[in-house]
Amino acid sequence: MRNIVAVAGVVIKELYRRKDFYVLFIVTVLICLVMASVNIFNDDKIVRYLKELCLLLVWISSLVIAITTTARQIPAERENRTLLPLLAKPLSRLQLVLGKFFGCWFACGLTLLCFYVFFGALSASREHHWPLMNYFQAATLHWFALGIIVAMALLGSLVFAAPSSNSTICFVVVGGILLVGRHLDKVALPLPEPVRSVLLAVYYAIPHLEFFDARDLIIHNWPLIHWRYFMLAIVYAVAYAAVFLTGASLVFRRQAVN
Amino acid sequence: MGLLLAALLVLSFGVAAKLQPQFIEWRGSRADDDMLKVLLGESSKLFANEFYAKADSYYHSGFYPGIFDNNEAFKTAHMAEDTGAVSSRNHGEEESFMGPPRNWIDAFGRHFLPDRHTHLDQGGPNDDLSTSDEVREILPWLKLSTDLDPQNVQNYTVTAYWLRQRMHKPDAAHEVLLEGLQENPGSCDILFELGRLYAESDHDTNRAVNVWNAAIRNWRPIKGDDDTAIANDFIYEKIATQLGETEINEGHWQAAIEWFEKARQVSRTPDALKQMIDEIRQKIPASTSVPPPTAP
Repeated sequence: MRNIVAVAGVVIKELYRRKDFYVLFIVTVLICLVMASVNIFNDDKIVRYLKELCLLLVWISSLVIAITTTARQIPAERENRTLLPLLAKPLSRLQLVLGKFFGCWFACGLTLLCFYVFFGALSASREHHWPLMNYFQAATLHWFALGIIVAMALLGSLVFAAPSSNSTICFVVVGGILLVGRHLDKVALPLPEPVRSVLLAVYYAIPHLEFFDARDLIIHNWPLIHWRYFMLAIVYAVAYAAVFLTGASLVFRRQAVN
Repeated sequence: MGLLLAALLVLSFGVAAKLQPQFIEWRGSRADDDMLKVLLGESSKLFANEFYAKADSYYHSGFYPGIFDNNEAFKTAHMAEDTGAVSSRNHGEEESFMGPPRNWIDAFGRHFLPDRHTHLDQGGPNDDLSTSDEVREILPWLKLSTDLDPQNVQNYTVTAYWLRQRMHKPDAAHEVLLEGLQENPGSCDILFELGRLYAESDHDTNRAVNVWNAAIRNWRPIKGDDDTAIANDFIYEKIATQLGETEINEGHWQAAIEWFEKARQVSRTPDALKQMIDEIRQKIPASTSVPPPTAP
């Protein structure tokens, strides 16, 4: 466990030394502030368009941070020739994979905390109330979705040749799931066999990241998600992350380290 | 080297001085001063429609069909339908556009989406009627849609209606309608809404009647059964009915009947108007009774 924490700590330190987060955070803040300054019929209570824009930028930024940070972890260790010394110490391959996963995931959690605090402040400046539990649910679901994505990107970093190709594939897959994942079965129904069965198999196999996208609920001030379904979604995320991490450790076990 | 730089500087200054007046005269340099239009070109109308639909989605607090859902009950934007000035093309059940859950993934996913049909002006998801002014949230998208497609008159009428009706800003609504008239001179829809603003907010019936008469004069029939013709007939019916009701309030029974007859000629629901005409006839004192109009 200590080894996993040590590896994770290094990953978190790497994130705050790099400029990715700062740039994305400042860009998000600037865009939101510029949009907030737009005068719409002299009404300073109009806020939902701002909440939508802010959350969209938060999602994009978090995906960029999660995928790009994770995709370069193991390839960078290999390129810098630090992977062999790392594994020569009493550190198993599984521990390395888990350390990298938790490091990236916690780093994403820290960035999400900053983003959601800004989002809360922005919406409170106009709505004058803090639906903290709603924000907690949305941020937690978002974080667990990033957990699946980090695990997926980690597996990709061991399968694909370069971090760039892995990142691109992860962006396409995640974007595809978020945009059409929920409707894939409807698309499949009118198609002829065997395309229909293949598409349905994909529908049931993919991690449904749209469960974790509660943006519409907090933009339009809907009531809380029932805690039972919230917890089931967390379990769903943990299960998918475990599947990807198991896959990653199995692939990594068979790979040459140099 | 320095000499060369100086020569280049002079040359660029000269070229700029030569081109500047031509650039200012060239219309393309301004493109209506709108950066979005320059970037989007003719596709701006597509985006305008998307933003209009987005406004309607906000009106429903996000409970809105996507491209994969059954949108029969949302063909006409509800935010426009509720103004009473737009003919409806909606069929089917608003609540169940998603249909029954198709499988466990679909059923589970619905717990993380807006799940009820509500309208912002009726309290939204919290059913709190005191927050009906939250309909303001549709305005940014309508404004964006107006900027991209100034020829879509519904952008102006819907914006003005909600500004006036729920946000109690008749001056802002008036400004929006005048801007709409500048872009669409003589538009019956905008004139109808402007008349309603004069009648209901300013309580200036004479001015409202003048504007509605102007709308009637500008109206031109469109043949056919398609949506454009139906919408065109509907606005005529609304204007004529409005003028008829004004005449009733003034006690001008005969004029009222004439307006309702005109409305009946284009109406898709003439029976209701016929009933109204009959009711007026019964109210007319015997001395001022009018003969029934000849069939058109």
